[in-house]
Amino acid sequence: MNTSMTPVLSARGLVKTFGRVVGLDGVDIDLFPGEVLAVIGDNGAGKSTLIKCLTGALVPDAGSMSLDGQPVQFKRPQDAREAGIETVYQTLAVAPALDIASNLYLGRERLRPGPLGSVLRMLDKKGMRRDASQALADLGIGTLQNMAQPVETLSGGQRQAVAVARAAAFGSKVIVLDEPTAALGVRESNQVLKMIGEVRSRGLPVILISHNMPHVFEVADRIHIQRLGRCGGLITPQSHTMSEAVAIMTGATTLDETPGRVGGGA
Amino acid sequence: MLGQVVTATTAAEQFALRRRSPVQRVQHVLHSYPAISPFLVLVISFAVFTMINPRFAQPNSLSLVLQQVAVIGALAVGQTLIILTAGIDLSVGAVTILAMMLSAKLAEGNGLPGILAVLVGIALGVAAGALNGTLVTRIGLPPFIVTLGTLSVFTAIGLLYTRGQSVQAVDLPALLNWTGETFAVGRFRITAGVVLVAVLYVVVGFALANTAWGRHVYAVGDDKEAARLAGIRVDRVLVSVYVIAGAIYGLTAWILIGRAGAASPNAITDANLESITAVVIGGTSLFGGRGAVLGTLLGALIVGFFRSGLSLAGVDDQYRVLAVGLLVLVAVAVDQWIRRVRA
Ligand SMILES: Nc1ncnc2c1ncn2[C@@H]1O[C@H](COP(=O)(O)OP(=O)(O)OP(=O)(O)O)[C@@H](O)[C@H]1O
Ligand SMILES: [Mg+2]
Repeated sequence: MNTSMTPVLSARGLVKTFGRVVGLDGVDIDLFPGEVLAVIGDNGAGKSTLIKCLTGALVPDAGSMSLDGQPVQFKRPQDAREAGIETVYQTLAVAPALDIASNLYLGRERLRPGPLGSVLRMLDKKGMRRDASQALADLGIGTLQNMAQPVETLSGGQRQAVAVARAAAFGSKVIVLDEPTAALGVRESNQVLKMIGEVRSRGLPVILISHNMPHVFEVADRIHIQRLGRCGGLITPQSHTMSEAVAIMTGATTLDETPGRVGGGA
Repeated sequence: MLGQVVTATTAAEQFALRRRSPVQRVQHVLHSYPAISPFLVLVISFAVFTMINPRFAQPNSLSLVLQQVAVIGALAVGQTLIILTAGIDLSVGAVTILAMMLSAKLAEGNGLPGILAVLVGIALGVAAGALNGTLVTRIGLPPFIVTLGTLSVFTAIGLLYTRGQSVQAVDLPALLNWTGETFAVGRFRITAGVVLVAVLYVVVGFALANTAWGRHVYAVGDDKEAARLAGIRVDRVLVSVYVIAGAIYGLTAWILIGRAGAASPNAITDANLESITAVVIGGTSLFGGRGAVLGTLLGALIVGFFRSGLSLAGVDDQYRVLAVGLLVLVAVAVDQWIRRVRA
């Protein structure tokens, strides 16, 4: 990775505690243009906490962040969204009783043109359904036909697809995916990986959290290993093998003991 | 490989379709259109009560049902909004009575002009709703506890303020009694209050179904944390719901004066439970995120039909209480059932 490039998203010294539990213990992270940065780590290593701090879902206790080199502070999720950062949280954050189109446009609904929209605040339901269907088709999801179908009637994979499509459709700077394939079958996982590829080919950088090492090694440009609330190392699929990555992740070894192949690292 | 995968999905989808039994179809339809079950209950009870006593279907008794249902029906609109956010409002009756007594006392004997008295009542409802909403969002107390507390607070203030005394219609400006005025629509006799309630349903129903605010109300009631992560200002939505509900209670106070022909601090003692009953029978889920004011309207009418129908049938009023209680249980059971729907 060309280190002279300005990172799109960058954070320094992020700390987040929950009472006595330390979620993040001073983490630095940089995301460069057009790259897929994977974040791996054991359960409770602080992966979700890290991306929640980056996306305004949590406010870090300490640390600083910048977007395109400009310092930023996100107080709530919509601050990050307005800055162009779209996130698929581990919990998906969809409203089960609302339909697919409503979920895609949740929090940024489109109004009808003319006085129906400006005076009566009427939603452009038809337009939103049409574009939602287009957004899903863009990501290669053909199985969802009826945009008026409530999300709770969808399978886990389809829900995941809705959440990912929402992020892909609106992300203009960064897309963050927290275990987007965790509950998915082989077919759906492959579809999400394909989406990540498509998003990257649009030039958007992606942060991907996953426990699935083959997936990580397939799509990631760099891998941030999160361990016990800290960054345990920054590697690439070229510099380290999967088993080395797992060893660092679980603490069986450290990055210093396993520096990887020459030209690797970050 | 892709071809294989697609075939498998199609086969699986066909399997899912084939497996759907008639019962599951019903579940699906009810899931998509939750107002169907209260509508059927309404139609059936209309038919049965008319068979028992044909006077039930006469315009004058139906007109009376509408007038009787108006107050609870209006309060139930506010209650629906709050229940949609997975809350509950036990202070409905107390707020309405306080708003009513305040505007009546201020307007009594050529005091405040009628229009100002009405506005003061609505403003009091707004303030009470803002208090409830703030306690729910800022302190994070459960709505049940907050409104249980404000129920007592507002009831006590109302009684202390009025010293338990009523204000009679003759002492009030004409505008305050206007909501009780009747006019003929065909052979029906409609009050201005009934018209106001109808307008209320249309406006709130429109806002819930067709505006972003409505979407956000459903999303917040469905899953608060998901709504927050999706970029919705959850606290703002919640406060707005309590404030709008309060404004509706303030407006209902005006309708109540016209209906009762007086402002009495002991009016509508059962408003809390009756408004919740209408909402629940109407198919709105007590768990939030699911329902509509159309269902609530049907629920309120069902309760009105049972009152009128059973009394015309010459049955003891306790049977109405019994029947409504059973309906509530059935409605909640049906809600639980249709919530388990899967594709
Ligand atoms: N809201 C919270 N309240 C208290 N503790 C929390 C909270 N959120 C996270 N934690 C704690 O912070 C630590 C990091 O949690 P986090 O969810 O970031 O882990 P993770 O790496 O995403 O794990 P997983 O792989 O299981 O998703 C854990 O010890 C967790 O218990
Ligand atoms: Mg996690």
